[in-house]
Amino acid sequence: MSEYTAKDYKKGQPRWCPGCGDHFFLASLHKAMAEIGVAPENIAVISGIGCSSRLPHYMATYGMNTIHGRAAAIATGCKVSNPNLSVWQISGDGDGLAIGGNHFIHANRRNINMNMILLNNRIYGLTKGQYSPTSPRGFVSKSSPYGTVEDPFRPAELCFGARGHFFARAVATDAEGTVSILKAAEAHKGASVCEILQNCVIFNNGTHESVYTKEGRAKNAIYLEHGKPMIFGENNEFGLMQDGFSIKVVKIGENGVTEKDLLVHDAHCEDNTLQLKLAMMEGPDFPIALGVIRDVEAPTYDEAVAAQIEEVKSAKKYHNFAELLETNDIWEVK
Amino acid sequence: MANDVKIENLDQVAVRFSGDSGDGMQLAGNIFSTISATVGNSISTFPDYPADIRAPQGSLTGVSGFQVHIGAGKVYTPGDKCDVLVAMNAAALKTQYKYAKANATIIIDTNSFQKSDLEKAQFATEDPLAEMGIDADRVIACPISDMVKDCLADSGMDVKAILKCRNMFALGLVCYLFDRDLSIAFNFLKDKFAKKPGVAEANIKVIQAGYDYGANTHSSAANVYRIETTEKVPGRYMDITGNKATAYGLIAAAEKAGIRLYLGSYPITPATDVLHELSKHKSLGVTTVQCEDEIAGCASALGASFAGALGVTSTSGPGICLKSEAMNLAVIMELPLVVIDVQRGGPATGLPTKSEQTDLLQCLFGRNGETPMPVIAATSPTDCFDSAYAACKIALEHMTPVVFMSDAYIANGSGAFKLPNLAEFPAINPPYVPEELKGTWTPYQRQDNDVRYWAVPGRQGFTHILGGLEKDNKTGAISTNPENHDLMCRLRQSKIDKIPVPDVEVEGDANDAELLIVGFGGTYGHLHAAMDEMRAAGKKVALAHFRFINPLPKNTASVLKKYKHVVVAEQSLGQFASFLRMKVDGFVPEQYNEVKGQPFVVSELVDAFNKIYAK
Repeated sequence: MSEYTAKDYKKGQPRWCPGCGDHFFLASLHKAMAEIGVAPENIAVISGIGCSSRLPHYMATYGMNTIHGRAAAIATGCKVSNPNLSVWQISGDGDGLAIGGNHFIHANRRNINMNMILLNNRIYGLTKGQYSPTSPRGFVSKSSPYGTVEDPFRPAELCFGARGHFFARAVATDAEGTVSILKAAEAHKGASVCEILQNCVIFNNGTHESVYTKEGRAKNAIYLEHGKPMIFGENNEFGLMQDGFSIKVVKIGENGVTEKDLLVHDAHCEDNTLQLKLAMMEGPDFPIALGVIRDVEAPTYDEAVAAQIEEVKSAKKYHNFAELLETNDIWEVK
Repeated sequence: MANDVKIENLDQVAVRFSGDSGDGMQLAGNIFSTISATVGNSISTFPDYPADIRAPQGSLTGVSGFQVHIGAGKVYTPGDKCDVLVAMNAAALKTQYKYAKANATIIIDTNSFQKSDLEKAQFATEDPLAEMGIDADRVIACPISDMVKDCLADSGMDVKAILKCRNMFALGLVCYLFDRDLSIAFNFLKDKFAKKPGVAEANIKVIQAGYDYGANTHSSAANVYRIETTEKVPGRYMDITGNKATAYGLIAAAEKAGIRLYLGSYPITPATDVLHELSKHKSLGVTTVQCEDEIAGCASALGASFAGALGVTSTSGPGICLKSEAMNLAVIMELPLVVIDVQRGGPATGLPTKSEQTDLLQCLFGRNGETPMPVIAATSPTDCFDSAYAACKIALEHMTPVVFMSDAYIANGSGAFKLPNLAEFPAINPPYVPEELKGTWTPYQRQDNDVRYWAVPGRQGFTHILGGLEKDNKTGAISTNPENHDLMCRLRQSKIDKIPVPDVEVEGDANDAELLIVGFGGTYGHLHAAMDEMRAAGKKVALAHFRFINPLPKNTASVLKKYKHVVVAEQSLGQFASFLRMKVDGFVPEQYNEVKGQPFVVSELVDAFNKIYAK
């Protein structure tokens, strides 16, 4: 049982627009941290620039609201040099996947033990409504009045392509779902990407409409849980089955399909093929996957760096500057 | 200022080509000396043939050596050891290494260092370098035979004939290291093989390939530039390059401050050796991260500083362009950060392996907003140690990013380094927030010198948020208040202005000079030599050489205004002179500017200074 409450992580009055998904997420983050129970002074919350990157200012932890796109790189240095800290990186879709795309993939590849939160509203809000790298093709915005002519990134695909070992998804308005993936992210050793589907009430209202309400999620989302069969629907009447190299939606009880025929979620499976399939599902034909989609143990960079230092310390005979000097060819002038 | 150190620009270089008798070492050496003679160097060659003409291939007795000394009007002795040793096989390395200086660059053909070659050369292990105590950093290990075979694959020549051209590959590589003009070699070969144009063509192709290999790998010979102490202070010495001394200075400062050293870096010529050196010393607890780009190198170093380490990033000019945003963030967050800029020729990719001082204004001003930043420029390879140490001390004690500047010339140059005793170095005391301030402390609460306290994550009662948005000086909260922003800009400026730096020293005829030479950074040795030469000719000359560029020493204006003639000499079109004019009212110096990517030539300096002197 944690000795902390959400209040211990809370600071200041958020300045986001009323109704912004960031408010919901922030409340869930405070709650998750209280349940996790790491002391506020041992947490660093590091963001880039953008609406969601204001978040550290509302945390009673250590934190930095840095520069556009660099949060993952700054968080990397922070974690590697001080592995005792619980590090949370907060980015939006522009910050994390456009200007910060390079750092996003490399933090995943290196598997830095930190929680990488991606608040995805598919729009640039702070600069007042331009399309983002997650906006769908044809998206009309101030900078694409005739529609975009480019395909978006799908964060899970990018994460998996960068050899990511943890990917989870929640809807900002779904406190329970969000808290649960945040706790799973902290429990996972390594880079943990959490995609938060978040609404921008001003510039992209309704972008995640199909799953933004509880009713919508009941109809259009599936909560994945490791070891549990993949069942969804308002009355748990649907399921997911493997279909050759793909997956299909089936109705339980129809055509002789029983619960036993359904896929059982394996978040720990090293092979990410099916996990990717699940993460890529889109409406209206498929439910949107929520929960922990991938959660695989792998060596973390920060631990490996620390271990290598210890290893070399015991292998080498010099351990301070004076001893280092002595490893050189030295001559004497008398 | 390490004013006991004076440069000897290494006008003399000895290159020793060694291999089997049949490897054509003499031809390679002859061509190299011919090229050098053609460009006006004096040369002296020293052939060293094996006693046993028919010694078996690859054996110790079959090694032939050919040493070429090149230089400008100096006398050589054949006994001089070489600066570069080309060893075409294992036996050559074994027998010829004794003729190499302790810091010589060694070029080997790795294809001739296979197991059987090592056996023939009577090596006991499969690691000949370790066995001979050769530092692998000094070795250019290149699969010469393979490359020559590839290069001439379409020539129609048989393998035996092709391999005879290996010597030309080595020659091409040496020509790259010493900046030799290949056209002279081409003409030499065309003459020599006038009746066999195919052979000439093959040799020319291979020379070019060797030269290109040097360029592609940014090869350099560490000891082309030699900076020797004039006064031999008793003590224990080692040989050190500027980059290594820089790394050592960082290590020493971190140890003195009792803080973890973190380097975030991205490989770039000519700064990469700082990354290489620090990566070796994990036994000292040094953390190095080779990042995905220059941006992340600097950003991660700043993240490390936030977390309580000494964050350092190393790069060259093009990297500074990319790091400038995180440097700026360090300014507004008021965190320690050391940025190493080993300058090379610019703009853009420019001259990657050559030396300039053209990053000065970028380091001083190349950021958005009011972003004052201390800048320190090392004056010699060994001074890189002291300057790096000073940069760390300022960064940690004044909570600011600091730029440490060196350049390709002093970074790759070397000098005799008197082993420092860390106990004698000034203490480094970061301004950690005192425990008793808990409850009242705010992030931008300042001490008398305008430096804010450092609250490292993990300390209970001091949680806070820093960031790139302007903050209220009192509360630390985001603020767009106009008065506050104005105040914060002034505070960040005065914090830098209040950093104590030593007075600039005036050397030479400090009291009655007719001409004051002014320089900064890596040109110290040349400017000093020029002053010495002029004084030896009876002229009254002084030198004020700057290591601390920002803030400038307090006596700068009085020194600059004291003398009849003042010349600012630098390897740029006048960046330092511009800065001095900006900082010193009414200062209008003469200028000596050169951006050739090459070190100054003392005689040219003297000629130019004499003209100013005579005005």
